[in-house]
Amino acid sequence: MTPSTALYINGLSVNFGGFAALTNLTLEIPYGQTRAIIGANGAGKTTLMDVITGKTRPTLGEVFLDKSIDLTGLDEAAIARQGIGRKFQKPSVFEALSVSQNVELAVRKGQGFAAMLMSRLTTTQRQRIEEVLVTIGLAEERGRLSGTLSHGQKQWLEIGMLLAAEPRVLLLDEPVAGMSDEETERTVGLIKRLAAPERAIVVVEHDMDFVSRVADLVTVLHEGQLLGEGSMDSVRQDPRVIQVYLGRG
Amino acid sequence: MPNLTSFTQRGRPYAFSLLFLAIAAYLPLAHLVIAPGSAFHLSLFLINLIGQIVCFAMLALALDFVWGLLGILSLGHGVFFGIGGYVMGFYLLNAAYGDTQVLPDFMLFMGWDKFPAALGIFAHLPVAVLLAIVMAVAVAAVFGYATFRSRINGVYFSIITQALTYALMLLLFNNDLGLGGNNGLTGFTSVAGLPLAQASTQVWLACASCLVFAAAYLLLRSIADSSLGKAMVGVRDDEPRLRFLGYRTDRIKLVAWCLSAALAAVAGMLYVPQVGIINPSIVSPLLSVEIAVWVAIGGRGTLIGAVLGAVLVTSLKFWLSASMPSVWPFILAGTTLLITVGLKNGLWSAGSLLPGKRGGGA
Repeated sequence: MTPSTALYINGLSVNFGGFAALTNLTLEIPYGQTRAIIGANGAGKTTLMDVITGKTRPTLGEVFLDKSIDLTGLDEAAIARQGIGRKFQKPSVFEALSVSQNVELAVRKGQGFAAMLMSRLTTTQRQRIEEVLVTIGLAEERGRLSGTLSHGQKQWLEIGMLLAAEPRVLLLDEPVAGMSDEETERTVGLIKRLAAPERAIVVVEHDMDFVSRVADLVTVLHEGQLLGEGSMDSVRQDPRVIQVYLGRG
Repeated sequence: MPNLTSFTQRGRPYAFSLLFLAIAAYLPLAHLVIAPGSAFHLSLFLINLIGQIVCFAMLALALDFVWGLLGILSLGHGVFFGIGGYVMGFYLLNAAYGDTQVLPDFMLFMGWDKFPAALGIFAHLPVAVLLAIVMAVAVAAVFGYATFRSRINGVYFSIITQALTYALMLLLFNNDLGLGGNNGLTGFTSVAGLPLAQASTQVWLACASCLVFAAAYLLLRSIADSSLGKAMVGVRDDEPRLRFLGYRTDRIKLVAWCLSAALAAVAGMLYVPQVGIINPSIVSPLLSVEIAVWVAIGGRGTLIGAVLGAVLVTSLKFWLSASMPSVWPFILAGTTLLITVGLKNGLWSAGSLLPGKRGGGA
């Protein structure tokens, strides 16, 4: 099976007032794949996420979803509605709302004012929320205010919110940062369950063990440029990677 | 589906509006039917006071809708209150001129010999009401569009709103504007054909304030309890998160902001015929800050708390600023400090800590 391309990034450069955060980066991420992006601090990982999700405009280059939708001209909300979900580094949930209300907001994305005011959830939407709550393991906590959840639970809830929106591309920025071993273990399971033929997952992470367990393919960035690409094992043995990244590490 | 919490399952807070319907029903009885001397009789002075306080409560409601639920603190809601008030003033000038055929004093001082045609637009009450709302929403929309699109948030937003109200005050102080300068507009004689000097007119105005308040509360409460209200809370708690979920948060803010402005304008319209005057002090930064103080004291994000705060503080102010005017500012400052430091989110949240009671989030 040759999977089709989910994200196509071509000749991407981002300059912040003379500082080149990304230089001529070309990447292709197919549907069905879980891709890890690794690199030292300042390698451009977060900038890449910012460009894909519309937070930062590229200086040069293009980003396509599905090979046809140009993302560089769209704003954050429009890109999200195209099916790109992003998990932030620090857990970002709506603390004054309950767990299920958080997921409900994700399910209702794109609704107009009238629908937000009037319409009740459809049976399909309710089932979707329920499925998501089960998948992220928070079904028992649905009525709790999300502000009272533990750090790990908040991370899962945020992933659940993205999942509820049925994303084609899921971007996860350091999903296991600050997690206990047990929480990391559960997150590995969760990410493996999120993988689907119609979805691409991109993980930015420092934890090498974690990366080797979830990623199909690893992309190494260094100072805004592509350094190497391959399986975790081959990347680990690449002398350049060892020198600039793992060697420091 | 097992107990999936729906946004609309609450109910009890709606009963709060019944209180204002009851007051609206009681006021005519209390003055026009029940004889003076009875314990249930209310003097015209008190009824007028209640009417004014309800207008302030509506103003607090409008502010809490954007501050408590949406997280944007306006320190310039007096602008919208003032727009409503001045437009009502224009209408009342028309009505007074129609009654007496005498030009208002400030026009005579300026050497005008006939009623200006520009103010004639406001000669009919329904037109004036509509224009006031349109003007308030237009100002709010232009200001909101510019600030929300450029993502001006937090304290920067508050400072700009404060500047806005100050600028409007300076503008209105200007005699050449033809709106009475620092004396403002006064000399009103009748509203909707009813003489203002007549007791029953004052009673009906207070009544109308209560009824409009009840309707406004129901409207805002139903929005707060809908999914749109939850999205507003989402903007307050983590706007980028909501934006990256696919919501146009700037639009949510703009719509709520304009609605709040319209409500403040309506409050201003009800306020002016009851006090009989409108002058630039209504758009002084002081009043706008005071509105925020009411909401902070009462408790943000619950709507009820804001109303409670406004009623409490304005009642105290009417009482204490008359009986011990020099002490009042210290009492207000002291109370504000005590409550904001000691209760975190105002009086209503303190009530909601009691078992069985519910308050807002946060």
